[in-house]
Amino acid sequence: MSAADVNQEHPLELESPRFSVKKPETRYDKQGDVPDAERVQRAMQNFVKDFGRTAAFYMESCIHCGMCADACHYYVSTENPKYTPIWKIEPFKQAYKREYGPFAWFYRTLNLKSRVTVERLEEWQELIYDSCTVCGRCSLVCPMGIDIASLVSLARHGMAKAGLVPHELWAVAERGEKEGSPLGATPKVFKDRVEWLADDYEVEIPVDKAKADVMCAMSSIEIMKYPESIVATAKIMKHLGIDWTFRLDGYEATNFGLLSGNADWQRDMTMKLINAAIACGARTVILPECGHAYGALRWMGANAYGKPLPFRVLHIAEFLAENVRSGKLKLKKVGKTVTFHDPCQISRRGGAIEAPREVLAALGVKLREMAPTKGLNWCCGGGGGVVTIHRADPLRYKVFQLKMNQIEETGAEIPVTSCSNCRQTFDDGQAHFKWDKSMNSLLEMVADNLEGAAA
Amino acid sequence: MDLLTLARGPGLYWAVTIFVIGVLWKLVGIILLRAKRDLSEPRNPGTWRGLRLILTRSWPRREFLQRTAFTEVLGYTFHIGFFLALLFYLPHVLFFEDIFKAVLGVNFQRLFGVPWPYFSGGVIYFFGAVSVAALIAVLIHRIASPVKRLISNFDDYFSWFVTTAPLATGMLAYSHVGAPYQTLIAVHLLSVELLLVWFPFGKLMHAFTVFLSRGTQGLQFERKGATL
Repeated sequence: MSAADVNQEHPLELESPRFSVKKPETRYDKQGDVPDAERVQRAMQNFVKDFGRTAAFYMESCIHCGMCADACHYYVSTENPKYTPIWKIEPFKQAYKREYGPFAWFYRTLNLKSRVTVERLEEWQELIYDSCTVCGRCSLVCPMGIDIASLVSLARHGMAKAGLVPHELWAVAERGEKEGSPLGATPKVFKDRVEWLADDYEVEIPVDKAKADVMCAMSSIEIMKYPESIVATAKIMKHLGIDWTFRLDGYEATNFGLLSGNADWQRDMTMKLINAAIACGARTVILPECGHAYGALRWMGANAYGKPLPFRVLHIAEFLAENVRSGKLKLKKVGKTVTFHDPCQISRRGGAIEAPREVLAALGVKLREMAPTKGLNWCCGGGGGVVTIHRADPLRYKVFQLKMNQIEETGAEIPVTSCSNCRQTFDDGQAHFKWDKSMNSLLEMVADNLEGAAA
Repeated sequence: MDLLTLARGPGLYWAVTIFVIGVLWKLVGIILLRAKRDLSEPRNPGTWRGLRLILTRSWPRREFLQRTAFTEVLGYTFHIGFFLALLFYLPHVLFFEDIFKAVLGVNFQRLFGVPWPYFSGGVIYFFGAVSVAALIAVLIHRIASPVKRLISNFDDYFSWFVTTAPLATGMLAYSHVGAPYQTLIAVHLLSVELLLVWFPFGKLMHAFTVFLSRGTQGLQFERKGATL
């Protein structure tokens, strides 16, 4: 299937509350024309390709206690046992024990684990993609210390190579690989937008400077849906007097290669950012308000590069917190009550838990924490590429209610987050439930309250 | 050869041999797998501190406890009952003291200055009964809970059986119920041997791998400053 086919079949919905392509009917998606046996073989081979000691430790430790279900927003919202996190990787667990574990011969001889079929993988597509945001809450309840979310990501590697990815997710990932952005924010579109924004908001937005101390990147959701984030970034950089730039060869931090499980595309997307930062001699790369983009470069970037990165990688909230701490970032006080939604890949799995709270403290807001909060906070339900998958919408709305209730219980006036993917999930949920709360961007809140700037 | 001689002699010898070789085979098999070096810059120095997860994950988080308390309490109860009966019942203590001396060349009391402690048979019987009751509740929960029923397989039920059998047969032998004492002891020993033989092949291996998986998650998450 060519990229042209994809684009015709799945036009972008630029007016909807959240961006994606549409193909809503219930189905098992397949990419490419490959015999079923080969699909299974590819799935297993590529699952195992990345299978090292860590994954084996995890696979060998599960005691089937089922407690991971109690940490999963999909199970808690539906009480459907198939959403038990460890069950989501069952075919791969089965394949590991039957084909690759130290006692594979034993399991095969006694047929304690049956052979995985393509039908089983098709059935599991919903569990591996539609009903897992890779939020990692389950990894924290597991008494054996199994990082189940990382095993789901490995399973996605196998599914992607087998051509068994939900079609919308695959289509945006391929668009990202071929066009440079999953949501149509090609270099030309980005450049046009930046020029338009610079004119409209009368702010300097440097692009393609040959040398700069700092290189910023944006997520495609911000570029296409929340372009004020670009302006906010530029205003803050000006306020801080930083030598910075966007680069047309590496502006897009979104990594749908990672979300779809296509490890090759993930690497390509990561290397664009790395090469662009090296080309302009950046000492720091600032990642946008995007959860998985942070994980992709901050924690996986060096491994794709094959050596330590020659620059620092910061999420925008970490960058803001650093400048609050040093006293360079001076902010007006906002006399509101605020609750903060922790993006899973930044807080729980990324470790940047306190940075956004430091920034909120500098804004003088009264922070009302959710229960649970920080690393134990509930996911919005849109991460891991789930928000792109239309057939997952009814389930996503179900789990979103957990989040709505959590926010309502705080009684805070304003919900704030630092991930544009969470933000669009909130916007979509808000429209669906006709909710009166709108999610706000921490970055934009800071830009709107810079001392010395016009309100 | 009668049943007791079989159980005390070749049965025990082969069961221990399979246990030791099987456990080593599995552990070496997974530990020798390739591990990719993580080249990302750690958030904080001292990533090794993540190893604390090996201990801290033993205590359930308050946020989850409301939903997981039943499973946690049952799990702790049968594990504690099992190990008390295993390690502090006088006939077991004598058996382990012999092994201790054979392996280290010195007896327990000489090395530590105190004798290996033990409880009276009645107290151990009580621990065993509590443990068996908890295991029966575990089995009922596994069958009744839709989540556990779905994710369970042969290993779960067989491992339950080989864990419960030594406790149950030990209690029968202690109270001399159901058969001649020698037969009961032989059946008890054979049930232990079944546990040893199955141990490396099924989920009982978590007794070893729990340290590996918790330690791994601890190290990886600590590197990122992620929630542990």
